[in-house]
Amino acid sequence: MKRFRRHGTESQRDRLKQELFQFTKTVEHGFPHQPSALGYSSSLQLMAIGTRSGAIKLYGAPGVEFMGLHDENAAVTQVFFMPHQVELVTLLDDNSLHMWTLRSHKGLSELLEIGRFLLTGPPGAPPSVTRVTAVLTHSSGELLLLGTEGGHVFIVEVPGFRELEEMNISLDQITSCVPDDYIGRRNLEHVEALQENPVNSNQVAIGYGRGLMVIWDLDHRLAIRHIPATQQLESMWWKEDGSCILSSHSDGSYCCWTLRTGEEREEEEKTNVPYGHFPCKAISKIVQLPTAGGPPFLLFSGGMPRASYGDRHCITVIYSKTQVAFDFTSRIIDFFVTRDGPQHTGEPSALVVLVEEELVVIDLQTEGWPVIQTPYLVPLHSSAITCSHHVSAIPLKLWERIIAAGVVQNTQYSKKPWPITGGQNLAPDPPQRDLLLTGHEDGTVRFWDASGVCLYPLYKLSTAAVFNADADLNDNMSQGAEGEWPPFRKVGCFDPYSDDPRLGIQKIHLCKYSGYLTVAGTAGQILMLELNDEAAEQTVEAKIVDLLQGQEGFRWKGHTQLDVREEPVLFPPGFQPFTVVQCQPPAVVTALNLHSEWKLVAFGTSHGFSVYDYLQKNNVLVKCTLNPSDQLAMEGPLSRVKSIKKSLRQSFRRIRRSRVSLRKHHISNTNKVIQEANARLEAELAEMELAPVQRKIEARSSDDSFTGLVRTLYFADTFLSDSSHNTPSLWAGTNGGTVFAYILYIPPAEHRADEALTAQPAKEIQLMHRAPVVGIVVLDGHGAPLPEPLETAHDLARSPDLLGSHHVLVISEEQFKVFTLPKLSSKMKLKLTAVDGSRVRRAGLAWFGSNRTEDYGESGLVFLTNQGDVHVLSLPHIKMQIRYPCIRREDVSGIASCVFTKQGQGFYLMSPSEFERFSLSTRYLVEPRCLVEAPLPPVFSNQHQPKLEGASSALRYIAARRVMEHALLNDESKSLR
Amino acid sequence: INLSFTRSCSVFTVWSSLSSTHFKFGAEFRRFSLDRSKPGRFDEFYGLLQHVHRIPNVELLVAYADVHGDLLPINNDDNYLKAVKSANPLLRLFLQRKEEADYTTFGTDSLTRKKNTVLSAVLLRPDPNKKKPPVIISLPKDFRPVSSIIDVDILPETHRRVRLYKHGQEKPLGFYIRDGSSVRVTPQGLEKVPGIFISRLVPGGLAESTGLLAVNDEVLEVNGIEVVGKSLDQVTDMMIANSHNLIITVKPANQRNNVVRGGGVGGGAASGSSSDSGASYHGYLPHGAAATAGPTHIIQNFSVGELESDEDDEDVVIEVGGEAETIRRTPSNYSMPSLPRYEPHLNLRTATAANSGSAFSINANGNLRGSGGSSGSLTNTNASSTTPSPDRAKERRNLEEEGTVITL
Repeated sequence: MKRFRRHGTESQRDRLKQELFQFTKTVEHGFPHQPSALGYSSSLQLMAIGTRSGAIKLYGAPGVEFMGLHDENAAVTQVFFMPHQVELVTLLDDNSLHMWTLRSHKGLSELLEIGRFLLTGPPGAPPSVTRVTAVLTHSSGELLLLGTEGGHVFIVEVPGFRELEEMNISLDQITSCVPDDYIGRRNLEHVEALQENPVNSNQVAIGYGRGLMVIWDLDHRLAIRHIPATQQLESMWWKEDGSCILSSHSDGSYCCWTLRTGEEREEEEKTNVPYGHFPCKAISKIVQLPTAGGPPFLLFSGGMPRASYGDRHCITVIYSKTQVAFDFTSRIIDFFVTRDGPQHTGEPSALVVLVEEELVVIDLQTEGWPVIQTPYLVPLHSSAITCSHHVSAIPLKLWERIIAAGVVQNTQYSKKPWPITGGQNLAPDPPQRDLLLTGHEDGTVRFWDASGVCLYPLYKLSTAAVFNADADLNDNMSQGAEGEWPPFRKVGCFDPYSDDPRLGIQKIHLCKYSGYLTVAGTAGQILMLELNDEAAEQTVEAKIVDLLQGQEGFRWKGHTQLDVREEPVLFPPGFQPFTVVQCQPPAVVTALNLHSEWKLVAFGTSHGFSVYDYLQKNNVLVKCTLNPSDQLAMEGPLSRVKSIKKSLRQSFRRIRRSRVSLRKHHISNTNKVIQEANARLEAELAEMELAPVQRKIEARSSDDSFTGLVRTLYFADTFLSDSSHNTPSLWAGTNGGTVFAYILYIPPAEHRADEALTAQPAKEIQLMHRAPVVGIVVLDGHGAPLPEPLETAHDLARSPDLLGSHHVLVISEEQFKVFTLPKLSSKMKLKLTAVDGSRVRRAGLAWFGSNRTEDYGESGLVFLTNQGDVHVLSLPHIKMQIRYPCIRREDVSGIASCVFTKQGQGFYLMSPSEFERFSLSTRYLVEPRCLVEAPLPPVFSNQHQPKLEGASSALRYIAARRVMEHALLNDESKSLR
Repeated sequence: INLSFTRSCSVFTVWSSLSSTHFKFGAEFRRFSLDRSKPGRFDEFYGLLQHVHRIPNVELLVAYADVHGDLLPINNDDNYLKAVKSANPLLRLFLQRKEEADYTTFGTDSLTRKKNTVLSAVLLRPDPNKKKPPVIISLPKDFRPVSSIIDVDILPETHRRVRLYKHGQEKPLGFYIRDGSSVRVTPQGLEKVPGIFISRLVPGGLAESTGLLAVNDEVLEVNGIEVVGKSLDQVTDMMIANSHNLIITVKPANQRNNVVRGGGVGGGAASGSSSDSGASYHGYLPHGAAATAGPTHIIQNFSVGELESDEDDEDVVIEVGGEAETIRRTPSNYSMPSLPRYEPHLNLRTATAANSGSAFSINANGNLRGSGGSSGSLTNTNASSTTPSPDRAKERRNLEEEGTVITL
């Protein structure tokens, strides 16, 4: 059949497309949105995080990460690794249990769901009977104990989720043997906690909500002891030597119960309210870990005095005489402690805390308990991300200088290596050094190493120091005064509160060859920065550019400009500002470009654009694009227009969200109330949506708002005046579909510093469809985009073809149009919106290499539409190549945050704290490739071995499977050879 | 084209040219025969004409005299076939250079009434008695297109394709669309499918004033692209992107005014159905043949390519600054520099119009030159109409002191 198929140019092209383009979502960088559960396997050295959207993410050594998603759209409430196995169990909000495993496949591991289970009670029983509130993964690796809201404990065999009915521990069995004086007064309530005796796996402790704790013998199926605590139970911890049980309670107290043999009743050794006297909040989790020849570590979360510090999110660590209350900026989800030693049973080494917005790891072995910098799960959103900029293939020199500047900033971190080390990272070294720069609301620019799977912070630049901002820069959290009680210490960097929104960074442009950086902000400020390896004290020069150019009838109702400090400021090593250009009126900067070869920076706002010569420090060009009929632009800042309906809907959603976050997973009454409230709200929402959504069909008119807003600026050395002489030029595109082109006269290098630069208007194109111009690209005689400034000077790019005729590609939201140069007659076009109704939101140039032959590659234009689809267009013929759905259409902020790399990859914010990385290229893929080996089964001491049917067979099964896996692996590798 | 003498008609052609260097008066005659059964396509015929007159690279305007003595254009396959069919036995053709073409001569009775034209002089017997000032009709491309129902012949009777033409009109398009669901017949039976509907017409808007669209009409296509599977916002953007020449295919909610087709002339049915939409029927005729066809509906077949080409010219490129002059002299534009040359002849034309009836060569020259002048003035109106709106133009003048605005 294949022989007879015609191989015309079409099929050849199709084959080539397959070699060039491929869409994959590769890695999620950053911190998972709304984490809800944390699990840790000391044997695997892996950490698992479950989220409210049903995702489960596993992290080990840097670069080792796995991601899975439950089919149910329910929150993950608990995650447990099966002891000494590669399986883990998740409990969801909908009461379903899921079994996951790390399967080895072709030498790499992958996370796979292998089973699910829903606990079924006797017929006619209320749902609370089977509502799981506590889970214990038994150390035998083949039992799950499930405590429920009804107070029963169900025992399930895994894998396979077979209910062992005869072993279940019903509430009746417990109550029948509880002393009368205790049971007479109380209902035991739900199972709050389950703990296994660390030295005798036959014994488990069951903690009930009311406070009663029962030690149950699984083998003989009877209660051994009762611990009659009278306070509402929050958590239990069985000490490692099995000698006593710690319980924490809702009144902020914890007790230690010594298990003395032979006595009828357990005496509560002492009740301790660590932050006592006044009423305290609950201690939600308590952990005690021994040290060799020293006092134990005691760690607990919560317990703060209700009235004065009830709103703090604290974990207290007590060791010997030292006590610190680590104060986090967001709610604590869970924590665990890593330990030293070959079996990870030695000294506590680090405290790992998952809070709602970040992961904080505290080194417990270094004096002062410093924080260890996390190599992944970094909170990108420690201040809200306002823009991002990607620079590919950074020269080594610049890379090293940025890293050196970053090292100076990170002296407060612990020197200890990252304590979670599971799995092997098998990914090859990244082919080049890539930087991702994120601009933040607080005026900082963060530099991230985006070369590999881990998005690692390199350096942080703060622009606030340049200005007289109201608040002082308390970058390093204020330390608690001596003798303060509780002994607070702020940790974590999540700080969503911006002191001055005007500081927000809107546009970034870095020249990787010269080390010049320009950033522009919300209040019309443009900073020029230069990389300096030494700290320097200097006065920053401020220059005001009036973009109105005498335009009359203008009222600026927006914010005022930022005041630049007049006195010299000491700047640390790194990027240091040397000039600030202030736009007048101080509207948000909407376009920015830097040409480091010509030493020019171009910027635009909704009022006009300007070119600034940062060598001579004066303006070369100022152009007002304001349309006098444009009321909005004439009056004030952008974000003031909002439909009432939209804001109403948003506020409803907000209410809903806040209620959801209030919900605690295992308290049925409140749960019901909230569910009802949700249902009610849902109905109200549905009612609101019933009114049909209408869309007005109207031709665009010239007095639409913000026609003068400058959307894009572009420098090009091309033929603008005549076809024989190429000249430097500046191109600007506006929201109203106008393109302005200026010829720039730049003096020769020897007179560059003293001869005047001029800009002369040359052309203007008014696109008839009036859609916003989002990009301008000049294509050379070969149809290839012009190289970046200084790229040819560094011999990194072929110099552009100046013999053939140049073309300019104007990318508007609706169409792609190619015009000839210098005549500007329309040559080709592609109408996007008129055909499928989508609009271009983001566009970028990329180079695609073939995966078959090393030497073939072509340039393409990558763009993202408002429908969330990514497309690739061929250049210079602007033919549609491929199209893939990438982002949900409703995810407007995700679409707005997208950036493309020069190698056909891209990033977008899938949540405020996470970048999703995707690739359109077959050649450039950055994705995790890692292997996790199953741990060797632990050596049980015989007397504690649980005598359960099938235990040994299960172990044999596991061992056999491991052998099988190896056999398979070997076979595969043989067949590959 | 196969020229045979049996079932053929003879073609008599007149080629008149002003600027031809070969002859002063500029009329050349040819006669050849054409197989009536195999007339071929228009572009082949066009090539033949160029070949016969040895003018391979000259853009021609081809016209013929029909049985009523009307001068009608031949510019596509349809009217070419019509012309061959109507030739009994002589097909009289008149060729002109496109840029010098005299469009005023087209129309009903054009040849019999306007005796002072070079056409009548050549093609008909001279009749010096009648004197009538010529009715000046502008170029077809400068007709003001109006909204209309189109493609009646190719669409199912239940559908209606409406072209909303908003050209230089102050009226807003003026309608809203909404999501909804419609019932479709599928192999599985009746199925409810999501659809886009017109939800509201703005009083006084273009959509309402044409009477061609109504509330609850289901939108099926926008400029030839189906809306199935597209969201409300996508369809909105498609409509706005095509707003300067919006063609929407709807399934009218009211199916009682549908065109009933199939019955020969069908004049009664057609006029009945057009009662509600008659207002839009000052349509322009793309070719004369359509006028004689059965139904009174005006049929316009707009291919997407046609639309794109006419829109292409609309982008305004402004040359700014002193250097712009030098760029203007590059041989990019052929019609603009020739404009002043014709100026004096405008006066001549009015003069010659007064003493019409004199030697036709002068008349012909005057008239043709006059038409050149008028086409020059038309480009001027073009320029002003492509300038977006008066206040914008004014604003541009306010904001920019750099230079003049010239449209290409």
